Amino acid sequence: MSIQVRNIHKQFGAFTALDDISLDFPTGELVALLGPSGCGKTTLLRIIAGLEQADAGQVLLDGEDASGTHVRDRQVGFVFQHYALFRHMTVFDNVAFGMRMKPRGQRPSEKQIAEKVHELLNLVQLDWLADRFPSQLSGGQRQRIALARALAVEPRVLLLDEPFGALDAKVRKELRRWLRKLHEDLHITSIFVTHDQEEALEVADRVVLMNQGHVEQIGTPEEVYRHPATPFVYGFLGSVNFFHGRVEGEGLRVGGDHLHHGVQGLGQGAEVVAFARPHELDIMVDGDAGDGVAARINRILAFGVTARVELDGINGATGQHFEVELTRERVAQLDLHEGQSVRLLPSRLSLFEQPHAARAAGAAR
Amino acid sequence: MAGATTLRLGAAADFGQTRFEARAATRETPLVKWLILGTALTFFAVFLLMPLIAVFVEALRKGWETYVTALVDPDALSALRLTLIAAAIALPLNLVFGVCAAWAIAKFEFRGKHFLITLIDLPFSVSPVIAGLIYVLVFGAQGWFGPWLAEHDIRIIFAVPGIVLATVFVTFPFIARELIPLMQAQGKEEEEAAVVLGANGLQTFWHVTLPNIKWGLLYGVILTNARAMGEFGAVSVVSGHIRGQTNTLPLHVEILYNEYQFAAAFAVASLLALLALVTLGIKTWIEHRAAAAYRDSQDDAS
Amino acid sequence: MATAAPSLPLRPTSSAAPPFRVLPGFNLTLGYTLGYLSLIVLIPLAAVFLKTAELTLAEFWNVVTAPRVVASYKLSFGMSLLAAAINAVFGLMLAWALVRYSFPGKKLIDALVDLPFALPTAVAGISLTALYAKNGWLGQFLEPLGIQVAFKPLGVLVALVFIGLPFVVRTVQPILEDLDTELEEAATSLGAQRWQTFRHVILPIVFPALLTGFALAFARAVGEYGSVIFIAGNIPMVSEITPLMIITKLEQYDYTGATAIATVMLILSFALLLIINGLQAWTAKRTGRDR
Repeated sequence: MSIQVRNIHKQFGAFTALDDISLDFPTGELVALLGPSGCGKTTLLRIIAGLEQADAGQVLLDGEDASGTHVRDRQVGFVFQHYALFRHMTVFDNVAFGMRMKPRGQRPSEKQIAEKVHELLNLVQLDWLADRFPSQLSGGQRQRIALARALAVEPRVLLLDEPFGALDAKVRKELRRWLRKLHEDLHITSIFVTHDQEEALEVADRVVLMNQGHVEQIGTPEEVYRHPATPFVYGFLGSVNFFHGRVEGEGLRVGGDHLHHGVQGLGQGAEVVAFARPHELDIMVDGDAGDGVAARINRILAFGVTARVELDGINGATGQHFEVELTRERVAQLDLHEGQSVRLLPSRLSLFEQPHAARAAGAAR
Repeated sequence: MAGATTLRLGAAADFGQTRFEARAATRETPLVKWLILGTALTFFAVFLLMPLIAVFVEALRKGWETYVTALVDPDALSALRLTLIAAAIALPLNLVFGVCAAWAIAKFEFRGKHFLITLIDLPFSVSPVIAGLIYVLVFGAQGWFGPWLAEHDIRIIFAVPGIVLATVFVTFPFIARELIPLMQAQGKEEEEAAVVLGANGLQTFWHVTLPNIKWGLLYGVILTNARAMGEFGAVSVVSGHIRGQTNTLPLHVEILYNEYQFAAAFAVASLLALLALVTLGIKTWIEHRAAAAYRDSQDDAS
Repeated sequence: MATAAPSLPLRPTSSAAPPFRVLPGFNLTLGYTLGYLSLIVLIPLAAVFLKTAELTLAEFWNVVTAPRVVASYKLSFGMSLLAAAINAVFGLMLAWALVRYSFPGKKLIDALVDLPFALPTAVAGISLTALYAKNGWLGQFLEPLGIQVAFKPLGVLVALVFIGLPFVVRTVQPILEDLDTELEEAATSLGAQRWQTFRHVILPIVFPALLTGFALAFARAVGEYGSVIFIAGNIPMVSEITPLMIITKLEQYDYTGATAIATVMLILSFALLLIINGLQAWTAKRTGRDR
């Protein structure tokens, strides 16, 4: 089933949680709502579920306006952040709950319910836990039971609120892969909320990036990572270095330094912020003063496959910190050492004109 | 004012030895310890234990025969009947109210919530005598509805309805006060989950909320019952002390005592003291069970 | 594909629509709560103030400041304050012993602390009277010392101590249980004596709860009737408590008089209720506990 939201607006007192959000979620896709806490993603998910009502706008399920439909009748599966398993019921009773609550005419027989519950418990590979209580389960198991419970009512869409938020790192990774696989088997339209970029990029077909009640970018994980549409997305996805500067001739002036870079479409003298990923920066030991940003090496971390060099700006970008990712060969070749003064040269830069840039700079820190 | 009557979850856990006495920094010198312990226990013995024991000793002072006679006296039996009736009416009324109030207050946001909680607390801070007086002012011969009631030959004051009303008033907040913090602490995520899964209001309450609040509810019921059966001041004002008709057990105790039938008075009193002991026993048991249930629910197996 | 959809004009939800709630039953339960509260508590309580309003201010003043009534205030408030203070001291010690020490019968004693809640006040009243009467278990020792308890103001005090004890113990106990042992270890490691640790570390943490317990015990004591009247002797100007004055007026069919005194007590009770609510909020804030 497809989900569309149209011009959703939600206000909590003076705080605007969602500002005119419109999105399409096509049938069968697994979409991540990604953003920092307080960006409105959970509110949007709860509005789609019907657990919250928008101040304005519509939610369309399969093209039909669901605004007047109660949560109970929307046929959505919702997995709560802390699972909300009924603590006094066994795993079996938890999963059977939705079926048992149906009006007498539509209620399956206890035998059918038992079959369905075991089928679902097998699906989440926890059939052996049917008689346990939620308190006797690990976090990852609770998460899977919550999912089985949501699926038991054969929902048309599946909504998950921070599905891995309360788990430790190792279980998280496992469950991520598992959820992806489950989605490939079931192909039910699913939306999950997360603040973890890695999670969103790894699991989702499509990522919706949200910030302060707005949608910043929509795209496949690769699109949003490779081509961030806004400074915010740049700052939010992966680590990033940024330079404040002004367009001057065929490049940028960054304080006392100068960066040669294409500035198409930007007027002379425009205030910009330039972004570069750590691997998009190179270090010049004896570069000429006409190009690159002067910096001093603070620390070299060479324990991984690649080496990470941390630097402090000293001329144009005083007080700023930079992070450069180099191969270990390159570090050896340049014979870098801590305390050395070098110049930073970006191989690729993305420019955003101020005042947009000001907001992103905040997020990137 | 319910601060001292709410369900204690830490009560069943005995931290004493391991947490405090085993550590040098949290231990007093033996002399100080025994001084505190001795004083505290003496105080407990004189002010709580001795009055309790005295009831039973005084009751049996004239032997078993007098004791039993006092209890099977028709007036005593009718007082017992009235006490049970009053409790049997007040309890369900305040139970329904307590659940409704807790549901509205704990599961929803609305303006004036704190003020409402304060109002629910009111009967705790009103003297029982005043609790009786207010119904005399409303339903008594000179009260608001007095003339109308007299015309229709309905008796409320100095009759059973008045006793029930006074009992309802003094036990009014117990269950609500027990459930409100409990249900607030539990949040509403489980209820929301039930609704998403298609449950209607009653199903949600019955299958999800009720099992989670059962210990608190039972606790409130026990306290309400004890107070309802033991109330003296409020009931005394509205009862009229008509023997065999409008006397509850505590009032019957007073009458016997004022007639210098001490052994009989204490015999009936011992029945009420027994009720108190049973109440405390059940209360301790509930605390135990609730604490165990709480520990289970907090237990993270991961 | 998730794409930005074309913008539709904003459709504000109608202002007349009721606020949205997922869980059902809000109107029903709140309506019932308010209705029942009004019928049982608020309207009858309002009767007190309306009845009092039938008096002129001078008449009201005459009733509530009659010498016998004033004597009853002095007794009720004085003894209630004293009883609450005694309970604050000994209740703290009892709570301390229950939390910190292990001794035989501790669980039983812990359970019995609530006895004054559970024991009907009339029963407590006659039992205390029997204990402190001339030939009673305690009276027989006190009498030769010239201490008369039963049928004297001192008897009122004894009854009020009995009735108030659990309030102090039960408000202080959970705070003591939650006390972090590391605080005391830190104080000791910094060179504090045990008494200094208690005075400067433990007492400040426990104090709000102790004050709350004191206020609760006081509020209960002021209105107490059943346990007091048997032991007080009820001698005019000497050992009559204020609630008894209301009863006395009622027995003389002086409804307005009874109501006037009730008004004074009610106003005091409401003030106490507000103070106690404030204290409990303070305790919660100071200790990070929910009420």
